[in-house]
Amino acid sequence: MSQDVVLSVQNLTVVFHTPDGDVVAVNDVSFDLRRGETLGIVGESGSGKSVTASSILRLNNSNTATTTGSIIVSGVDVLTAQDSEVRRIRGSEVAMIFQDPLSALNPYYTVGKQIAEAYLVHHPRASKADARGVTLDMLKKVGIPSPEKRIDEFPHQFSGGMRQRIVIAIALINNPKVLIADEPTTALDVTVQAQILDLMKDLQSEFNMAIVLITHDLGVIAETALDVLVMYGGRIVEKSTVEALFSEPTHPYSWGLLGAVTSLGTSDRGELVAIAGSPPSLISLPAGCSFNPRCAYALDICSAQVPLLRSVGTQGSVTACHLPNNEILTFGRKAASR
Amino acid sequence: MFMFIVRRVFFALVLLLAVSFFTYMLFALLPSDPAALTCGKNCKPDVIAANRIRLGYDKSLMEQYWLFLKGIFAGRDYGAGAAAFSCGAPSLGYSFGQHECVTTLIAQTFPVTVYLSIGAFVLWMLIGISTGAVAALHKGKWQDRAASIFTSIGVSLPTFYIGLLVLFSVVIWLGILPFPSYESPFENFPTFLRTMILPWSVLAVLSAASYTRLTRNGMLEAMNEDFVRLGVAKGLTTRIVLRRYVMRQALVPIVTIAGLDFAGLLGGAIITESVFSLPGMGKMSIRAVVESDLPVLVGTTMVAAVFIVVANVIVDIAYGYLDPRVRVK
Repeated sequence: MSQDVVLSVQNLTVVFHTPDGDVVAVNDVSFDLRRGETLGIVGESGSGKSVTASSILRLNNSNTATTTGSIIVSGVDVLTAQDSEVRRIRGSEVAMIFQDPLSALNPYYTVGKQIAEAYLVHHPRASKADARGVTLDMLKKVGIPSPEKRIDEFPHQFSGGMRQRIVIAIALINNPKVLIADEPTTALDVTVQAQILDLMKDLQSEFNMAIVLITHDLGVIAETALDVLVMYGGRIVEKSTVEALFSEPTHPYSWGLLGAVTSLGTSDRGELVAIAGSPPSLISLPAGCSFNPRCAYALDICSAQVPLLRSVGTQGSVTACHLPNNEILTFGRKAASR
Repeated sequence: MFMFIVRRVFFALVLLLAVSFFTYMLFALLPSDPAALTCGKNCKPDVIAANRIRLGYDKSLMEQYWLFLKGIFAGRDYGAGAAAFSCGAPSLGYSFGQHECVTTLIAQTFPVTVYLSIGAFVLWMLIGISTGAVAALHKGKWQDRAASIFTSIGVSLPTFYIGLLVLFSVVIWLGILPFPSYESPFENFPTFLRTMILPWSVLAVLSAASYTRLTRNGMLEAMNEDFVRLGVAKGLTTRIVLRRYVMRQALVPIVTIAGLDFAGLLGGAIITESVFSLPGMGKMSIRAVVESDLPVLVGTTMVAAVFIVVANVIVDIAYGYLDPRVRVK
């Protein structure tokens, strides 16, 4: 493992045990994240992206889910470490922000208490006054106006965007190496989305942390990420840089995603193309490539054999598709230019 | 907040006035003459007539109600001359069944009800919340199933059945405890304890059932909240997450219902007091029903209503402290 890899996920597989049978929510997912980098994970609901995120902090209920593989943070495997070690990592090494800022804050305590609480867990010797000072600084950094007054207010007295800023303040108070942002802007207005993304980018360079950004919004990915994982049916189907994804996407699912994005200023009328069909139920995934029933390019082999990840193209992309390389590149460029 | 409390107290008083009116109108429903009930079967008509005038039953119903209300604040004098007597404020009337001021009767029986209520309340909150918490923390396991059986029994079996069953098995069959005979805790504490232990337990176990369910469901619901996940993601210990995040949320409805249940109990645990022969307000109410001793019934109903209404006000105010989202600015 290279020196500046801050998070290394290898062969992560998460199986949920439900009354209807076992569900493989995440299947053999691997990726590395280096200091200061942003990795985007895109996919539809049920593609396994959020479960991947919560596995990194071991937030999945161990009674209902079996997690295998390894997740290495600062030389510790989160999946096998002792509870106390995982607690030390949570919040101080790896922090998390959630999709819905309206429900992510404890309604019974002031925001100041909740931020200070996150600081005090990892700084047990700090006094309450110290924690309050750090909290005030953090509130200023995340752009809360008149923090001296608002520190003693309750979450319901803040707007959605402001609450997400508070959640970010909680996440960053211990200067973590990795920030996991699970759909951080999905629940917000478009104008507020941009503010929150800008804030995250500013704080990322200030704190030099790596970000795992989970989203279904390719626009968000385009704006923030360096590398992208495209997930479908619990598996990684494409791994590439953000430039490659937009100029030379290598998986039919990615082509579909790009076709479903609105863009301003393109020459044609910019018709939106939805991906046919609906995401598969994880309880009964199609045989072979999970995407084959919805794929316009599917071959016979696609319903028989799961495609393995392989390199394709000139930009270092990795794809899990049975199509021959030349076809992938032709169709991919066409999808990107649409 | 101050105006909120003032407004709530004002409405509470209006409500109590309405309760007192409708309760007093019981007299209108009485099929016989209340004065005829004052001296038993072989009563002479002139005694009945004298009692009617002495106790004010000769006046119109509205006038009687007015005297009743006035008596609460000013006390009340009955009769004149040598036969005159008075019930000091707050007078709730005169029991012709027990020949005593109702307020005095309540003052005698109320402490018993309070001891019963407090003991049972403390026990049932402890049992209910802890079994509910254990069930929630072991969802789907045998602890959860055991708690579920316990709640089913608790909510479906009536107090008199469990009460008599316990009384029979512990006192008569096993002979572990003497037959309950109430004595004040200030006079004979060991006897008091021996008498109270069974009614406390019966009342507690039966009432705890719904708190077990409430705690379990409240905790499970809270555990699914995003903010609880954020608490875990902060690196807090399970104990702190449970206390500050899960329990904090689960307690809000529990406190609300507990306040009302406790107040309801203070109006007299009629069945428990009867089964275990405790001389409390509940037992007195039952006796008053049997004897058509209306003044006692009106008095105990008023006392019970006061507790329910006061508890409602307290719960409303407490709610504001428990949940900042409903706090009135």
